[in-house]
Amino acid sequence: MSGWLDALIQGVLLGGLYALFAAGLSLIFGVMRLVNLAHGDLIVLAAFVILVVGDRFGLDPFVAVLIAFPFLFAIGFALQYLLLNRTLGRDLLPPLLVTFGLSIIIQNGLLQFFSADSQRLRSGAIETASIPLGGGIAIGVVPLLTLLSAIAVIMLLNFIFYRTPIGRAFRASSDDLEVAQLMGIDHQRVFATAMAITFVVVAIAALYLGLRANFDPTIGPARLLYAFEAVIIGGLGSFWGTLVGGVVLGLAQTIGARIDPEWQILAGHLAFLAVLVIRPRGLFPRALD
Amino acid sequence: MMDDGEAGPGRTYRIETAGRLSRVSAAAACVILFGLALVPVLAGRYVVQDLIFLFYMLALAQCWNLLAGYAGLISVGQQAFVGLGGYLLFALTLRGEINPLLAIPIAGLVAAVLALPTALIVFRLREAYFAIGTWVVAEVYRLVFAQIKALGGGTGTSLPPSVTSSVPGIDWIASMLDVRTPAARDIASYWLALLLMAGTLAFVYLILRSRRGLALGAIRDNEAAAAGLAVDITSVKLAVYVATAAMTGMIGALIYLQKARISPDAAFSVLDWTAYVIFITVIGGIGTVEGPIIGAIIFYLMQRYLADFGAWYLILLGTLGILVMLFAPKGLWGLVAERYDLTLFPTRRRLVVEAEHAERKGSSRTLS
Repeated sequence: MSGWLDALIQGVLLGGLYALFAAGLSLIFGVMRLVNLAHGDLIVLAAFVILVVGDRFGLDPFVAVLIAFPFLFAIGFALQYLLLNRTLGRDLLPPLLVTFGLSIIIQNGLLQFFSADSQRLRSGAIETASIPLGGGIAIGVVPLLTLLSAIAVIMLLNFIFYRTPIGRAFRASSDDLEVAQLMGIDHQRVFATAMAITFVVVAIAALYLGLRANFDPTIGPARLLYAFEAVIIGGLGSFWGTLVGGVVLGLAQTIGARIDPEWQILAGHLAFLAVLVIRPRGLFPRALD
Repeated sequence: MMDDGEAGPGRTYRIETAGRLSRVSAAAACVILFGLALVPVLAGRYVVQDLIFLFYMLALAQCWNLLAGYAGLISVGQQAFVGLGGYLLFALTLRGEINPLLAIPIAGLVAAVLALPTALIVFRLREAYFAIGTWVVAEVYRLVFAQIKALGGGTGTSLPPSVTSSVPGIDWIASMLDVRTPAARDIASYWLALLLMAGTLAFVYLILRSRRGLALGAIRDNEAAAAGLAVDITSVKLAVYVATAAMTGMIGALIYLQKARISPDAAFSVLDWTAYVIFITVIGGIGTVEGPIIGAIIFYLMQRYLADFGAWYLILLGTLGILVMLFAPKGLWGLVAERYDLTLFPTRRRLVVEAEHAERKGSSRTLS
């Protein structure tokens, strides 16, 4: 019995990680209807950036990520402003294809520079620290921090979205781009800012990805699928829904793994397909898009 | 504009798809196909193996082109049907002891049957989300086949020579062309691949020239307008999805008959069976029959001369795809066709007005 309880707790904690993967995807889809097929590879890229910054300056990953923030913010802004903005329009293919190409470029670029070896972010004792809950169940500190960070990120994104001028520009561009432009919104800059913020979220996701498990250049696409599943399960357009989606996915995976370790990933995918069949618009859809 | 209803005396109207150039190119295509069929007689085994690769990549690209370029179904999960076809071939020949030649069409049929419930799920996702949804489904297929211990589980399995050599005609080829059995096997695969490639090309072309093709072209150009003209979008899309699944499944079966070794990671590889195929179609020119042909030839040459560069080669391929999408969204064939007003495989109907007056003669208007 305690085994199942443990699986439930670990599942919720794992859901925090998936919510972090998904929050960025949710933001850029919300603002500019962009589905970024390179999202998972960007998370892996950010993990390598944190790794390099940490190694070069001898810093703890938690400090290295702070230094990486401005770089990733700038890269995100530039990527959207210079490249991805050119692909947005009525036609669906250009953004999909360009981000797919980007995914292949990032994966192979990382392979070229870092080889296919597994890497890990090292942060000393905190990595293995855990809080005992009694009954043979313990909560890892890093998984707990992951979930708390996910909640903090989502609160922050909601704050930005609903309480700040740039958030108003986000919502205006999302609701009606043409009218937003008529009101003097420079949508190119708005979109670039959304991507820059996404890159910061991606960096936080990458920090916990690297602390919790090994990573290598090829694992990006699977992270994209988890992020995507969390967004769809939660319902498009709701950040809290994305958190719930991540938790549902995490629970499905840990319960599946509890039955048979080989079924972990499959159980997550099947839960996603089940939600799609039963509630095609997700659990908490914000609006009719 | 003239009123079509009032065809006065001496003025006749005619709707045609084929022009003189396209009749020449149709004849040329037949000659080229015939020439390709004779290649194994003249060329060595490496050429034959290279061309098999070219043929099945081209066939896959034509399928994806029909799906994405015409029906607007941008799938990133066609590897589901390649892997399914491959695994079905293995299951049917190893466990069911069915001849591989018969197993290929059965694999196509089963792929089509499985495409129906798959479509029920992924069709709930729209546009870009459809793309990732198909990818998830392909992952589900991969993980399920990795669980089937009878087919080697996660590590995969091989076809014994007794199966790969049981394609009818291999003995005949070996004695006719005076080659060993492995080479004869390649030649049999070559002809099968050529047949499948030509069949896919003919199928796609004929569909596009049919009534259904007109509906597809309308969907490609403007989905909302097509719906307004009473095109039943969902059923047309479903038909295309299932038909391409069947063809992709057959191609997958043939690919793995030739490879004789299968594993879940290879058979359901998004890079090999979808990313390459997308780049072929986009670099050549999506939404045309000619584009994938050009793209496949370019891809084949790059693969042949640059594949040794490994990661750099893939980075180059990704960059090329992005550049083409940004600066020449109609692909290389689009550039050529626009400049010289050229179509080798015309699918558009042209209204030809033939008037008595010489100056009107041959004036034509493109309809769709």
